[in-house]
Amino acid sequence: MSTDTPDAPTDDAPSRAELAARVDELEDALAEATGDDGKKMSIIATKGTLDMAYPPLILASTAAAFGYEVTVFHTFWGLDILHEERSKRLKLSSVGNPNMPLPNAVAALPGMDRVTTRMMEKRIADNDTASIEELLETSLDMGVEFQACQMTIDLMDYDEDDFYDGVTTGVGAATALQDMADADIQLLV
Amino acid sequence: MSAEYDIAETLDVKGASCPMPVVKTKGAIDDLAAGEILEVLATDSGSMSDIDGWAAGTAGVELVEQEEGDDVYKHYVRKTE
Repeated sequence: MSTDTPDAPTDDAPSRAELAARVDELEDALAEATGDDGKKMSIIATKGTLDMAYPPLILASTAAAFGYEVTVFHTFWGLDILHEERSKRLKLSSVGNPNMPLPNAVAALPGMDRVTTRMMEKRIADNDTASIEELLETSLDMGVEFQACQMTIDLMDYDEDDFYDGVTTGVGAATALQDMADADIQLLV
Repeated sequence: MSAEYDIAETLDVKGASCPMPVVKTKGAIDDLAAGEILEVLATDSGSMSDIDGWAAGTAGVELVEQEEGDDVYKHYVRKTE
């Protein structure tokens, strides 16, 4: 009677111990790849109108509340959100939005942007919606990193001192790309 | 309802709208010790879904209960770690 069992290792088959070691090795690699070091979100903010300044700030502060490490890279008109003075007078465009209760021919008249902006600001205040400044300060307090694109700072002729305290300057597309590559969520607004 | 557990702190975010109820809840829970319960009072109807989602997606917190009152939405969140 043979003492061989069907489970007995042959010369070319790995032993149970070898397989167990290999499983451990793969589990470690998986843990490293998926990273239990916390989630990340990267947002690129390119717009500076009052309505388009909200989404990146709302998502950034909310993600920070979830424990995400958040980076928001501001470029072109998105820089105005970080600009201490300009962020307080962001405008809502009265033209180009067919949902606006005005025909474009009227909306294009001088001063109409000011009218629609004031209407929106009143709604924001009446609804107790947070202001842009409040959302920005809250996000900074929560550790969100706001970056101001150096190329567009120079292009728009802004000064680095014009931005809120805590805003990172001196960064470019490569920094943004690196953040996006590392992030679980990437958004262009 | 709150007879079964002690509330360590109450956060009043009545009047505030999205994203402030969640953002301020996160700030308030950070100040608690593990095991303590935070009561959140909100008027934003979206807070029912938002605080539920936030608690489910955030490590170290647990939604104990939500209660829809006449005008106020009450949320009870425990800090677990």
